[in-house]
Amino acid sequence: MDLVQMQKSLQDYTKSLFLEGILDSQFLQLQQLQDESNPDFVSQVVTLFFQDSDRILNDLSLSLDQQVVDFKKVDPHVHQLKGSSSSIGAQRVKNACVVFRNFCEQQNVEACHRCLQQVKQEYYLVKNRLETLFKLEQQIVASGGMVPAVELGF
Amino acid sequence: MEKGGFSPVGLRVLVVDDDPTWLKILEKMLKKCSYEVTTCGLAREALRLLRERKDGYDIVISDVNMPDMDGFKLLEHVGLELDLPVIMMSVDGETSRVMKGVQHGACDYLLKPIRMKELKIIWQHVLRKKLQEVRDIEGCGYDGGADWITRYDEAHFLGGGEDVSFGKKRKDFDFEKKLLQDESDPSSSSSKKARVVWSFELHQKFVNAVNQIGCDHKAGPKKILDLMNVPWLTRENVASHLQKYRLYLSRLEKEKEIKCYSGGVKSIDSSPKDAEVNSGHQSPGKSSFVFSGGMFQKATETDPKPLASASLSDPNTDVIMPPKTKKTRIGFDPPPISSSAFDSLLPWNDASEVLESKPVLYENSFLQQLPLPSQSSYVANSAPSLMEEEMKPPYETPAGGSSVNADEFLMPQDKISTVTIQDLDPSAISCMKQQEFSSNVTNNTEAILRSLNWELPESHHSASLDTDLDLSCLNGDRFLANTGLYFQDYSNSPSLLSELPLNLWYGNERLPDPDDYSFMVDHGLFIS
Repeated sequence: MDLVQMQKSLQDYTKSLFLEGILDSQFLQLQQLQDESNPDFVSQVVTLFFQDSDRILNDLSLSLDQQVVDFKKVDPHVHQLKGSSSSIGAQRVKNACVVFRNFCEQQNVEACHRCLQQVKQEYYLVKNRLETLFKLEQQIVASGGMVPAVELGF
Repeated sequence: MEKGGFSPVGLRVLVVDDDPTWLKILEKMLKKCSYEVTTCGLAREALRLLRERKDGYDIVISDVNMPDMDGFKLLEHVGLELDLPVIMMSVDGETSRVMKGVQHGACDYLLKPIRMKELKIIWQHVLRKKLQEVRDIEGCGYDGGADWITRYDEAHFLGGGEDVSFGKKRKDFDFEKKLLQDESDPSSSSSKKARVVWSFELHQKFVNAVNQIGCDHKAGPKKILDLMNVPWLTRENVASHLQKYRLYLSRLEKEKEIKCYSGGVKSIDSSPKDAEVNSGHQSPGKSSFVFSGGMFQKATETDPKPLASASLSDPNTDVIMPPKTKKTRIGFDPPPISSSAFDSLLPWNDASEVLESKPVLYENSFLQQLPLPSQSSYVANSAPSLMEEEMKPPYETPAGGSSVNADEFLMPQDKISTVTIQDLDPSAISCMKQQEFSSNVTNNTEAILRSLNWELPESHHSASLDTDLDLSCLNGDRFLANTGLYFQDYSNSPSLLSELPLNLWYGNERLPDPDDYSFMVDHGLFIS
């Protein structure tokens, strides 16, 4: 694949993430924050997000696996995850957290378990997609090209 | 950071957030705003940093949910110990949370995801605090409570649009200082009386009392004191405050070179500084006619809630005035027409753009309203859109807070029963009828328009006007007479237009759009 094709692929791929609602405009904001002084800003932030989220999901799983679920502990975790997913624009994860919190409020253990699964699913999805995105970018850069700015013509 | 040459560049911000992702993002964003950023992941750590360098930071931005300490607690600590402005953040925007933030003293509450534009204007909170500090230092019983002056100053300082030049406002600033200094006469300081803190609420009571009395010369301290019904307040307190107030108003008047008012200007400021009101407002002419009975009527009368966030600006609202706000336009340099022709109230356009733009800069709008009669007539006779342009500036405000102070800038003799956000008790206000009228007029500007529409064609029935325009608190009779007359003329003699000086017609830079014309015609505003 030549450089132009790779760049086009990247653009299409990125667009698809927005179209599918996996990412929202916050991600664009991040990309706009990236500059020469910080050329890896976005990937750094996203990496932080992954690390933090892995931790939160772990804690969440633990607290939901207790015999007696302490929702006072569960809810803050979900809130945390909601916050951090909003930081990179992981829209679907954030939305799943909103649903999750509602069930926390209702203290519905069953539903919360399902929510956790949903959240995890969305999280792995966005993680996967973003990792692919960064790989594409790396390929372009490795081929001597520039990563095109995202144009959202839709 | 010196007071005189305040600059947002290099503002020292401490960001506190337990979310590492957000911390990194915010750091980057704040750096892009040219601020000096320090990040911190824990509330206790933040407090430590702050205490270590008492003067090391200008403003603190903190997330509400911190693991080691409640964000609100941190807010309290910072506020009390260090008296720094604190902005709260959260991904959760529930009203109760926001309210809690305000109650705990947050100067703003931002919702995540946070936008650059919101961070770009955080420096206003620092400036505001500094202005307050100066007042406190000068003392004179205005410690921390000189909100009404502060807010006016804010208006000055922040009212220049994006290119605020702080330097040139220095003389205003100094004047205020002098004013405060004058206040502290030897007798009061030596008598060791407890300082009267003229809080906003107290000042409102004062203003309402003055309004009730009506004319400046009749409003004596004793009477005001009686009306205010504040047991611990003394006649001396009121007297000195009144003196200040009068000086202040006269200074405003002088500054704006308002000359052509005999009975004062009556016009309605119906601009709801409220996007909500305007959002329903897509009418082509973009106008909301609010019948002004010559009262400086704050939009709050009809829609108090938007202004409730005096100290808590809507993060999504662009608080800074757009560059359009130019004093030259605002002044509209009152044409040399006899004031009597314009004493009457004219329904004039309130551009919805204006309305939805920002919280109203009431102070400015007061001053700028003074030339309004000419503008209003202009509007009546020409394109509402022109009015939009002219009216825009008065209705923008740097901060939500300033709009609350509208009352204070009323000419004593023009006191209208304005309702303030905090004091929506109609009984405290003299011009009840107007009040009622306004409350009848809904927030929906189109309804207002319609109601006016009904009025206008029949405006020669001055009876209807009279009831609505019963401004008994003003030079009522004269006013009413003028108003009635004006309306009669308005509806019945298009020739009135030809009598108007040309500059009224063409004073504006914009010519009416075709849309506006049809709108005007539809609403009976167009006099052909």
